[in-house]
Amino acid sequence: MRFLTLATGLCLATVAAAETPELTVYAPDYFASEWGPGPAIEKAFEAQCGCDLKFVTGDVLPRILLEGERTRADAVIGLNTDVTARARASGLFAPHGQDTTDLTMPIEWTDEVFLPFNWGHTAFIYDNTKLANPPASFDDLLNAPDDLKIVIQDPRSSISGLALMLWVKAVYGDEAQQAWEKLQPKIVTVTKGWSESYGMFTDGEADMVLSYTTSPAYHIIAEGDRTKESAIFDEGHYFMVELAAKLSTTDQPELTDSFISFILSEEFQSIIPTGNWSFPAKLDAEKLPAEFGELNIPEKVIFYTEDEAEALRKPALEEWLAAFSG
Amino acid sequence: MAGRDQSLTVSGVLAASLILILTFGTLAAVGWRAEGAGQLGPADFAAIRFTLWQSFLSATISTILAVPVARALARRRFPGRGLVITLLGAPFILPVIVAIFGLLAIFGRTGVLSEISRAFGGEALNIYGLHGVVLAHVFFNIPLATRLILQGWLAIPAERFRLAASLGFRGRDIARQLEWPMLREVLPGAWLVIFLICLTSFAVALTLGGGPRATTVELAIYQAFRFDFDLGKAALLALIQFGIGGTAALFALRIALPQTAGGGFDRTVERWDARGRLSRWTDVLAIGLAMIFLLSPLTAVFAEGLRGIPDLGAPVFRAAVASVLVALASTALALLLSLSLAHLIVAMGHRRGGPLLEALGYLSIAASPLVVGTGLFILIFPFVSPDYLALPVTALVNATMSLPFVLRSLVPALREVESRYGTLSESLGLGGWRRFRIVTLPRLRRPLGFAAGLTAALSMGDLGVIALFAGPEQATLPLQLYRLMGAYRMEEAAAAALLLLALSVALFWIFDRGGRADADA
Repeated sequence: MRFLTLATGLCLATVAAAETPELTVYAPDYFASEWGPGPAIEKAFEAQCGCDLKFVTGDVLPRILLEGERTRADAVIGLNTDVTARARASGLFAPHGQDTTDLTMPIEWTDEVFLPFNWGHTAFIYDNTKLANPPASFDDLLNAPDDLKIVIQDPRSSISGLALMLWVKAVYGDEAQQAWEKLQPKIVTVTKGWSESYGMFTDGEADMVLSYTTSPAYHIIAEGDRTKESAIFDEGHYFMVELAAKLSTTDQPELTDSFISFILSEEFQSIIPTGNWSFPAKLDAEKLPAEFGELNIPEKVIFYTEDEAEALRKPALEEWLAAFSG
Repeated sequence: MAGRDQSLTVSGVLAASLILILTFGTLAAVGWRAEGAGQLGPADFAAIRFTLWQSFLSATISTILAVPVARALARRRFPGRGLVITLLGAPFILPVIVAIFGLLAIFGRTGVLSEISRAFGGEALNIYGLHGVVLAHVFFNIPLATRLILQGWLAIPAERFRLAASLGFRGRDIARQLEWPMLREVLPGAWLVIFLICLTSFAVALTLGGGPRATTVELAIYQAFRFDFDLGKAALLALIQFGIGGTAALFALRIALPQTAGGGFDRTVERWDARGRLSRWTDVLAIGLAMIFLLSPLTAVFAEGLRGIPDLGAPVFRAAVASVLVALASTALALLLSLSLAHLIVAMGHRRGGPLLEALGYLSIAASPLVVGTGLFILIFPFVSPDYLALPVTALVNATMSLPFVLRSLVPALREVESRYGTLSESLGLGGWRRFRIVTLPRLRRPLGFAAGLTAALSMGDLGVIALFAGPEQATLPLQLYRLMGAYRMEEAAAAALLLLALSVALFWIFDRGGRADADA
């Protein structure tokens, strides 16, 4: 009996699925997981589109590049500026058609293909009960005693690690390698991804961890813990933005367009602060959770355009490797 | 070959082909999608050198340290011995990230040892560097080495020890006449398997190596994919990884001298020579030190995870069920594949490509998980959406990844059975399935149970290819653990790690216990 019910249910589900269009969006793992913003976004969009929004997780751009024009994706979400040059060169993406003049970001955004949905800055996070006087500038950090220990991510395997590499390059230019050499004795270790680093920091293995200015928001809102703060540097902080884009190969362009325009809606943007623990691309400050007002925010923002970043990536990596091999 | 069932040969050939597809086939698929041959730079050669050196050190130290532990376990009977053997196996099946945090809780800057050192006015321990990489790999692999060597010890027929005792052999004589020949057969294989495991290490090497000086070939492959999207280079590096693994395999299997002495009556070993006080104390020391070294990081994982257990939600438990199912499926597959392959290897003997086939069985562990996953993706994508196959593909890949350990455990045992009972069976006209059921299977029970437990547990802990394929709903427990960490939920992640550890050990224990039921009852 139960089997029959199940079978009927499955049949009905199949019929229902055949009638509602399915929108496939490729997203990074953290985005679509139960603990990311994905489920809430899915629910909100499905309530208005009469469609079935499906997130497919994985390493978004490598997967799109492997699949080429035969990809099933209608849209992607969660790309970073470090990969947009290669993504653009593939010719697989179409203009988003959205107005980006009134975004709530510290930089102007004119890209017609890649649409921002949230942003933040790289920053070193510390525990204010253990570190009374955190460095106030990158120079301070470089000149701090070597027993100030930090943990960072590898630019070869991690986006935040890559952002740090570009951040140092932006601050120190031709002297980036010397800067890394001064920083090296303070680096406990370099991890593959952000999670390992952050876990080591919360376990007390390092005094500071490379993360984002919005990281303390998690501790304040979810844990009521106000001991984690980001150290603000005078030289400015590297700006990181996450992007969405429409595939030019999609066979349901209208539905995809409606998803893309949903991204900048207040409903989507309100999910971001506590869903992805970062700043929404288009949401007025008074609509943010009050706790976001407690965050330390840098006045100066550093950002490389995708062409600049693409040109700097390899030489900066060579300097980084050279500094560590000495 | 008369009387031998051809179907065993056919299934052996099929198993070998499947491994070829998963290793070289996936590599070829990645190379085929590449837009040109990859080129290696100085950094890549540095990565190759480091990989060779750390793998060599890790494998050598693990096998050497495992010898006294295995000997102690082989010749002592004490209450809780079975539990000790199971627990000592646990580090091997830990997911990488869990093991890193467990080790740091003991050896890290704020770990237990550093705290003790500070309390006595000393400095914090510095685990980061080559020594840290080797320490972690030894922690992972002593358990495996111990079990493989222990099997060798238990495989020495009790009659030989009885004879040795009646001839008045001392410990030294027994070592030379009985134990050394056994070690000569078992150690190279154990060394090789560990060398191959360490060959593809990436996250452990980088994190505990303290930075980019600890770059391994696998990290260079990852960089080629992620940073450069240079598939040609990724394929080339994966090929080099195979080259290193293949060379090591042929080298190690050449050193190994299989024993061909006559058989005994399958009895538990009684050791008359090990009654002395000195030998008793060295055994206590060996087991005690191993337990402290291996169990203290596990205790840390346990203690860390306990707090978050009540917070674990349905997604984690759903993933746990998925992981157990994948583990069971990959265990069944691994046993099927390895029994087929082991039969073919033993049948072919030392001529006609037998060693080559055995080397092939080891190669799956030298395959880059990233290349296997990507290659499979390229192969599957034109026919069916890879997302639908996430869990079956994970089970299959996990099964092949554990083949080397399973073969390491099965082949010597099967060889022994064939050399002892092969002629007798032939003369009785016993062949094929009946011979397998009546003669072979009962004698393979112990290695089979061990192999099944190992495969199940390894599959539980392996992140593997699922990360490349999974949709949001099809997570395994390790993947869910990473997702929790990615969402700042470190406490829940620690609890998920504890759950994972408990499930892996339980699976291992159930299978392994089944295999040892007769010997320890």
